[in-house]
Amino acid sequence: MSTIMEQMPIVFQALNVGFVQTLKLFFVTLLGAFPLGLVIAFGSMSGFRPLRYLTRIFVWIIRGTPLMIQLLIIYYFPGLVLGKTIWGGGEDGRFLAAAVSFIVNYACYFSEIYRGGIQSVPKGQQEAGLVLGMTKSQIFFKVTLLQMIKRIVPPISNEIITLVKDTSLARIIALQEIIWAGQAFLKGSQGISGQIWPLFFTAVYYLVFSGILTLLLGWLERKLDYFK
Amino acid sequence: MAILEVRNIEKSFGSTKVLKNIDFSLEQGQALAIIGSSGSGKTTLLRCLNFLERPDKGKIVVQGETLFDADDPATMREKDVRMKRLHFGMVFQSFNLFPQYTALENVMLANQLLEKEKPGFKEHKKEIYAQIEEHAKELLDKMGLSDRADHYPHQLSGGQQQRVAIARALALHPDILCFDEPTSALDPELTGEVLKVIRSLADQNTTMVIVTHEMAFARDVADQVIFMDEGIILEQGDARQVIEHPTQERTKQFLSRFAEK
Ligand SMILES: Nc1ncnc2c1ncn2[C@@H]1O[C@H](COP(=O)(O)OP(=O)(O)OP(=O)(O)O)[C@@H](O)[C@H]1O
Ligand SMILES: [Mg+2]
Repeated sequence: MSTIMEQMPIVFQALNVGFVQTLKLFFVTLLGAFPLGLVIAFGSMSGFRPLRYLTRIFVWIIRGTPLMIQLLIIYYFPGLVLGKTIWGGGEDGRFLAAAVSFIVNYACYFSEIYRGGIQSVPKGQQEAGLVLGMTKSQIFFKVTLLQMIKRIVPPISNEIITLVKDTSLARIIALQEIIWAGQAFLKGSQGISGQIWPLFFTAVYYLVFSGILTLLLGWLERKLDYFK
Repeated sequence: MAILEVRNIEKSFGSTKVLKNIDFSLEQGQALAIIGSSGSGKTTLLRCLNFLERPDKGKIVVQGETLFDADDPATMREKDVRMKRLHFGMVFQSFNLFPQYTALENVMLANQLLEKEKPGFKEHKKEIYAQIEEHAKELLDKMGLSDRADHYPHQLSGGQQQRVAIARALALHPDILCFDEPTSALDPELTGEVLKVIRSLADQNTTMVIVTHEMAFARDVADQVIFMDEGIILEQGDARQVIEHPTQERTKQFLSRFAEK
């Protein structure tokens, strides 16, 4: 039995690898969900009724069910029911499935926030721009966009912090993120077993990362505090 | 020749006719006050002038140029409408200043955007922007706001915000400046400063259409008054005449409500 001092390098090496996977899932989700959320938001505000209803029903289903179910279904459904796994094998396949699930799920949450942001800018802003001879796109970029951003930053920040922790749900399809890495030393890995302390350290990774994000997002929020 | 001619404008929302056979004209340098009870169509009329609503019938002619003719689709092309709007300025009841810009930036923004589209902007950007800024500062000065140029709207009182909005509308040199109840959203002690500014514009012969519930102001400042009732012009004429000696029963009733106060 090795001492903790001897175990540490092995454990941190493994946790770092896991955390890279966690970060990858985190950033890929944001990168995909920010634009997809906008598309869904426009769909849910469409003047074309069938599209509006379909979009809203979809958003309702995604937001009304656990992300964990969505992950399991998206990962296993093609292989088990269609008889053909579309995700590819191994860790890359699991990552792809996880990324798709997370992007769709978060895009739905973002879409509702965007919609609220867009609708919260008073009609009078648009009209004031029009009577000043501005084009629709000038009004969007010069007048309404920043007001929307100001209104969506706080709720989006909450979602981003939640996402940091939600990435661990990908553990359920055995994505080798940081919880998976820490948990390995419970059961036994690289000659270390029955150790709970690596899991405590995974918590520290989350705390530090969400702490940094909280500071950054708080800074952004304060940056936009100069107007009301 | 009249600077503004409005000919037989009609406008419905769904099945309710909000404007019926609206017909009037306005001479250069004159102020027209529109009075009437809530829901009589005053705002809708101003919105038609500013192309925020499209009338179902009628014509709008400014300085002999037909800006809008319900029978001529060629007058409604989206890209022309944008420039036609510039004949009119609009001051809203709720100011509608852009909150993320300072008072000065609010006044400058539209001019900057318009200049950007003109050829030769890039070469003379500095001079053009300097000119716009100088002009905007003059306007704020005229509104008594030179010391508030760098304030954001939320740092200004309602009366100050409305005066910035007036400067913003004037910055584009509209032929006709429209006001929709410019003091209705203000605390009573702040209405005076805004009315004073409008009064001084009238003294400088600014052509204006002013929707207002301030009867004494309409009587003293406007040249003409239109009394609207349920979408029609029930009475119009010389401001003092209409307000002091209305001929229609409805006008008398309406005005007596203000006399009691
Ligand atoms: N976009 C719209 N859709 C449907 N009805 C409308 C719309 N805008 C105005 N109306 C109706 O048209 C009528 C005239 O409204 P308008 O706002 O022009 O009246 P107003 O004279 O300005 O009243 P107020 O003194 O209260 O401002 C009202 O009955 C109003 O409900
Ligand atoms: Mg009105």
